[in-house]
Amino acid sequence: MTQSVLLQAELSALVGAAHASATSSDDMVDGLQPQLIVEPGDVDELSAVLRWANDAGVHVLPRGGGTKQGWGNAPHGGELILSTRRLNQVLEHAWGDMTASAQAGCTVEAFNLRLAEHGQQLALDPLWPNQATIGGVLSVNDSGALRLRYGSLRDLIIGITIVLPDGTIARSGGKVVKNVAGYDLPKLLTGSFGTLGVIVDATFRLYPLPHALRTVTINAPNAALANELLLRVLDSTLVPVSMQLRAGSGRPLQLDICFVGSTAAINVQTEQLARLCLAMGCVAETAADELVPWQAREALWAGDSGAVVCKMSLLPAQQALLVAEVERLTTALRLQWELVTQAVGVGTVRLAGANDQVLMVGLKLLRSWAEAQGGSLVVLAAPTTVKQRIDVWGQAPAALPVMRRVKEHFDPHGILNPGRFVGGI
Amino acid sequence: MKNRIIDELRDIVGVHGLIVEPDQLRTYECDGLTNFRVMPSAVVLPASSEQVQRVVRMCHEERIPFVARGSGTGLSGGALPVDGCIVISLARLNRILHVDLPNARVVVEPGVINAAVTQRVAPHGYFYAPDPSSQSVCTIGGNIAENSGGAHCLKYGFTVNHVLGLKVVLPNGELAELGGMALDTPGYDLPGIFVGSEGTLGIAIEVTLRIVKRPEAVQTLLAAFNSPDEAGAAVSDIIARGILPAAIEMMDRLAIEAAEAAVHAHYPMCDGLLLVELDGPTAEVDLLMQEVKAICSDCGAWELRLAQSEAERTVVWKGRKAAFAAMGRISPDYIVQDGVIPRTALPRVLRDIEALSAAAGLRVANVFHAGDGNLHPLVLYDRTIAGQEHVAEELSFAILKLCVDAGGSITGEHGVGREKQKFMSVMFAEPDLDTMQLVRCAFDPYHLSNPDKVFPRTRLCAEKPGRYEPHPLETAGIAELF
Repeated sequence: MTQSVLLQAELSALVGAAHASATSSDDMVDGLQPQLIVEPGDVDELSAVLRWANDAGVHVLPRGGGTKQGWGNAPHGGELILSTRRLNQVLEHAWGDMTASAQAGCTVEAFNLRLAEHGQQLALDPLWPNQATIGGVLSVNDSGALRLRYGSLRDLIIGITIVLPDGTIARSGGKVVKNVAGYDLPKLLTGSFGTLGVIVDATFRLYPLPHALRTVTINAPNAALANELLLRVLDSTLVPVSMQLRAGSGRPLQLDICFVGSTAAINVQTEQLARLCLAMGCVAETAADELVPWQAREALWAGDSGAVVCKMSLLPAQQALLVAEVERLTTALRLQWELVTQAVGVGTVRLAGANDQVLMVGLKLLRSWAEAQGGSLVVLAAPTTVKQRIDVWGQAPAALPVMRRVKEHFDPHGILNPGRFVGGI
Repeated sequence: MKNRIIDELRDIVGVHGLIVEPDQLRTYECDGLTNFRVMPSAVVLPASSEQVQRVVRMCHEERIPFVARGSGTGLSGGALPVDGCIVISLARLNRILHVDLPNARVVVEPGVINAAVTQRVAPHGYFYAPDPSSQSVCTIGGNIAENSGGAHCLKYGFTVNHVLGLKVVLPNGELAELGGMALDTPGYDLPGIFVGSEGTLGIAIEVTLRIVKRPEAVQTLLAAFNSPDEAGAAVSDIIARGILPAAIEMMDRLAIEAAEAAVHAHYPMCDGLLLVELDGPTAEVDLLMQEVKAICSDCGAWELRLAQSEAERTVVWKGRKAAFAAMGRISPDYIVQDGVIPRTALPRVLRDIEALSAAAGLRVANVFHAGDGNLHPLVLYDRTIAGQEHVAEELSFAILKLCVDAGGSITGEHGVGREKQKFMSVMFAEPDLDTMQLVRCAFDPYHLSNPDKVFPRTRLCAEKPGRYEPHPLETAGIAELF
C-alpha cells in the first residue's frame, strides 16, 4: 500500500470514507500537490483529524471556499487539505441583539441572505462573497470599502471557536458585543492565515441594512486633487459608508463615495458633497447603478493570469503619492497598471505586461517605496515563477520574534500552513 | 526588597522617581477596587520610555514581578500590587507626541489622560471616541490594559477599535512595535491581543490612536418610564428599527436619586430613565429623533425631554457619569459590578436581580449601557454592619452568574483583574483558558508582568494542559504557583 492509501484509511476511520478522498490537480497550492482532502462533519471530527495529523507529523492546509488558497507564501508542506465545506451552517441569528454566528464553511453570501431576513447584515464587502467562507475571509482578513464606516473583521468579530493542532477545542470572546473577559483570541486569529488553529465558527456584531443608498462618482483631473477631495470629505461632517479611488493606465481617475440612510439625509449629503466638489473644480455624478463602482476591486483579479495583484497599505493622505509612484514606475518599465484604494489607506494594485522579470523589478521598487513611507506591499496573486522568487509579505515585521513565539506555542510541530505567513511562519 | 535592587532602581529612575517609604507606598496599595490591598515593595515613576525598559529588564533578570499603573482608577483590581512586586507608574510619561489631522492619528505616551486627547484635537473638530466615565482622570495606558469602553462605544467601538499601533516593553525587557500608523501591517494582530490583556503581556510606552470627526449634530433625549421593563422595550424597538444611537443609557430610581443628590441633573424621577443620544448629519438626526420619540411614547414614556443646549447636554451626561461616585450620597459603601447580557434578556435579568436583592436584604441600584447590554448594578451596603460586606460581595457575584447564564459576560469594560479571576472558570472551560495561556507564555514565560490577574490559576508555561500536575520546577521548589 502507498503512503497515501494508508493515510486515507486512517482518516476514513475518523470522518467516514466518503469524506476522506484523493486530491486532483485542482487542489494544488502554489505548485504543491496535497494528497488528500478531509471534510469533517462536526467540531469533534475536526479535532480528531487535527490531533491525528499533529501526532503523525502531517502538514495541514485548511480550506474554505478555496478562493484565496494562493495567498501567502507557497507552503513548505501540505499533504492534507482540511476542508470546512460541510461545516456550512448559520448557527444563530439573535436579531434582537444584532449578533449572529456561523460555521466556518458558510459562505459570506449565504450568511448575509439569512441576516437580511431581519434587515441586518454582516457589514463587510469581501471578494467573491458567493464562494468565500466566513473562516476564509477571517483567516486572510479580507475587507472592502465598507471598512470606512464599519471597520474590518477585527472590529466585527466578537467570538470564535477554534481547534488547535493538538485537538484542543477552544472558545474565546462570546455572543455579546461588549466583553473584555480574557484575551481577545478572535482578533489574534483574524488574519493569521490558518497558522495558529482552524476556525470552526465565529460570532459577529451586525448592522442594520440601510433603507437607501446612493453612490456618487467624481471624475478627478489628477491624483493630487482626488486625494485632496478624499481628505476634505474625511475632514467634513459628511458620513459616507465607503469611499474609494480608482485609477489605471489610460483611464480617468475616479473617486466613488457611497451614502446610506434616509433619502432626505442622503439628498442633503450629496448636495453638500456637490458644493465641495464645485469649489474644487470637479463634478459629482450619481452612479446609474449604485453597486457597479464597488465591484472594481474584484475586477482587478479578472483577465490575464500573468498579472500581479498586491495589497498596499498606506495612509489616507498618501494616496496621490501612491498613484504618482505607480505611474512613474510603470511608465519606466512599460507595465499596465490599475488600482483601487479605499479611503482608509488600504488599496489593491494590479500590474501586468512585459515579462516576469520586469514585473519582479516593478514589485520590488514599489515595495521599497511603500516601506520607506511606513506602509507595506503584500503580493496576493502572481505567476508561480514570480512567487517563488519573492517573499509575498515584504520586510519582516518588527515584532516577528513575538509572532514566532506565539506560533510555537499554538502549533509547536508546525503542521498548520507551514511557511505561508510572515517571516516563514 | 534587597538593597542592591533598590540601589539599581534608584540608578535608573533617580531619587525622585523611586518610592520605598511605607507611608508613601500606601498610595499604591490598591486601585479603584479598594477592598483589595497589597503593599508593593517599591514604586518607580520612570521619566522616559528608556527608563521603563531598564526597570523591566532588571525585573526580568532578577525575576521580580512588576505591575504597571496609570491613574489607578481601575475597578477590578488590575493595578493591585502582588507581594514583593515593583509598581511601575506611567504617570510621568504624559506627552502627546504627534498629531496628524489629515490621517486622523494621534501618537501619545501611556500616561496621557484620556480626555486630554480630545482636548488637543477638539479645536479641529475631532475627538477620541472611547469615553469611560473616569475619562477626566484615567490614562490611555490604563485604557489599553482594560480595553475601556464608555457610553459611546455602542456606536464608536472600544479602545481596541481605536488603537492602531503600540510600542511596548515586553516582559523580558525587549522593545517591540505592534501594528503601526497604517492599517493591516503584515503579521498577527498583536495590538488586538495586547489591548485588553490587563497588563499581563508587557507595558505600552507609545500608542498610535485613531481620532474621529465630530458629527454635525448631536441630540440627547431623556425619556421617563414607569418601569425598567418599559424602558427596556423601548431600547429593543429602537434597535429593531435599525437605528444605531451613539449611546443608550438606563438608570433606575435609586440611581437617579443618587445622581440628583450629587449633580442636580434635573432628571425626571421615575423607575426607568432612558438617555438616548443620536449623532450624525443634522437631517438624519432630526428624522431619527422623531422616530425615537415615537417609539418611547409607544412604550409608555410619560416625559420626553430633549436637551436644548450644549450646556444642558453636558449636565445630563455629568449626572450619568457621576452615578457611581454619587452612590456615596445614598449609601456608605457600594460595589460596582460590570456584567453583560444579550440586550433581549434585559427585562428577565433585571427581575432576577430584583429578586436576589430582596433575598439578600440589600439595595441594588442599576445604571447601565442599555444599548449593548452592559449592566452596572451597584450593590449598596454598610461595612460597619458585621457580615454585610460579605453578603454584598456574594450578591454581586450572584448577579454576574446571572449574566453568564443569560449568555453574557462577567465583564464588559472593567476587566477581570483580581476581582473576577474565579469567574473566568464560570464563563470559560479549561481548554479555553489554557489556549489563552499560550499567548501569555509566548509573551511572558516567567509570569512577571502583572501576575495573578485575569486567570483563575496561573499555569507555568511548560506545563501540559489537562489535569493539574505539578511542574518539575515546583516539585524542585524553584518556582511556585502564584
